[in-house]
Amino acid sequence: MSGFDKVVGSYEEAMDGLEDNMTIVAGGFGLCGIPENLIKEIKRRGTTGLTIASNNAGTDGNGLGILLEDKQIKKMIASYVGENALFEAQMMSGELEVELTPQGTLAEKMRAGGAGIPAFFTATGYGTPVGEGKEVREFNGRHYILEEAIQGDFSIAKAWKADRMGNLIFRMTARNFNPMAITAGKIAVVEVEEIVEVGELDPDQIHLPGIYVNRLIQGTFEKNIEKRTVRSA
Amino acid sequence: MALTREQLAQRVAQEFQDGYYVNLGIGIPTLAANYIPDGMQVMLQSENGLLGMGPFPLEEEVDADLINAGKQTVTMVKGASIFSSAESFAMIRGGHVDLTVLGAFEVDCQGNIASYMIPGKLIKGMGGAMDLVAGADNIIVVMTHASKHGESKLLPECTLPLTGKGCIKRVLTDMALLDIEGGKFILRERAPGVSVEEIASLTAGELVIPDSVPEMQV
Repeated sequence: MSGFDKVVGSYEEAMDGLEDNMTIVAGGFGLCGIPENLIKEIKRRGTTGLTIASNNAGTDGNGLGILLEDKQIKKMIASYVGENALFEAQMMSGELEVELTPQGTLAEKMRAGGAGIPAFFTATGYGTPVGEGKEVREFNGRHYILEEAIQGDFSIAKAWKADRMGNLIFRMTARNFNPMAITAGKIAVVEVEEIVEVGELDPDQIHLPGIYVNRLIQGTFEKNIEKRTVRSA
Repeated sequence: MALTREQLAQRVAQEFQDGYYVNLGIGIPTLAANYIPDGMQVMLQSENGLLGMGPFPLEEEVDADLINAGKQTVTMVKGASIFSSAESFAMIRGGHVDLTVLGAFEVDCQGNIASYMIPGKLIKGMGGAMDLVAGADNIIVVMTHASKHGESKLLPECTLPLTGKGCIKRVLTDMALLDIEGGKFILRERAPGVSVEEIASLTAGELVIPDSVPEMQV
């Protein structure tokens, strides 16, 4: 079992080996399902020059947004970067490079990166600024552009529950980009709300097999809500 | 009178059919969920990985793990399912969503749409809009017909960077419902109290006016 035991003892150990100028693929959508403690550990380490692929860049003071405070991010690959004043300031001043990528293309780039597919054709972005400079092919009378996979030195992600082998279950829309992000990193680090013993999870209910997970840690989460909307009874 | 936000949402909802899977963009499209006709079942797709989105939660139901693509807290209806973003866009790109409704800055009579970027202004990103317009066959763009300064947003050719090329066939504005066919806008319906002449004067792209242009039922 010990060879399959993915659990590490500390957040420091979880991110061991992270160096300046590395690429990180991160899960999460807005502030939902983000690996908030792993992000805090990256801030604590002060690693800089990072390229981060993530659907969003957090908000001021939350999620990946905290890595902007000490200018740790060099380049962001994301589909939507609103709601973050510091991000905007660094983007406008040219300190932060941004590669806007359509959301579905970003998800597929991560999926491809983890699945050994170097590139794929998609109609998304054809004839738009996203398609500029990319190879175009016609299939059945429609135009498609060639998009390349994303792989990271690390991936950081959040799941709900895991067994010690790293078999994962996500919870509701906190799943989002997490499964693909995990597969796309050379060292996949996952934090979860609960770790159970091997055998306690029903194999049929596992969303992502532990083969993709290198390091696992149990944490406590703030789970901030970006837009709390309620109806009255 | 130009349509209100609520009337636009009502008119969008008239495009729903029982058994439709529908993706509603942020803003007015989302309001259309309030006008699903009684006895009709529509499953709302949220591209962050939810099929079967329900109304906003009661205070005690709020769950940080359950949001929509606009990052608002939501609920799930019976029969809902959850999946990853890759799966979500596989169903969008693969043409499995029956109807997509989204906003735009401009459309043109070639079916091009510009909705995510105004050069010189802050760029926030396209989110899922490029995938949605590329993947769906049945799209309704909901927008105002003209700018506050009276400049048409239904153009011979979009001036802003495109979100998608040749993918829009139906546009609902606060003044009219139009189809795009053969490089022309075809006027299908007019908003109550809005004349064909008013619509024509604010449509910069080539406009075909059929003999009969009924008033919208909203």
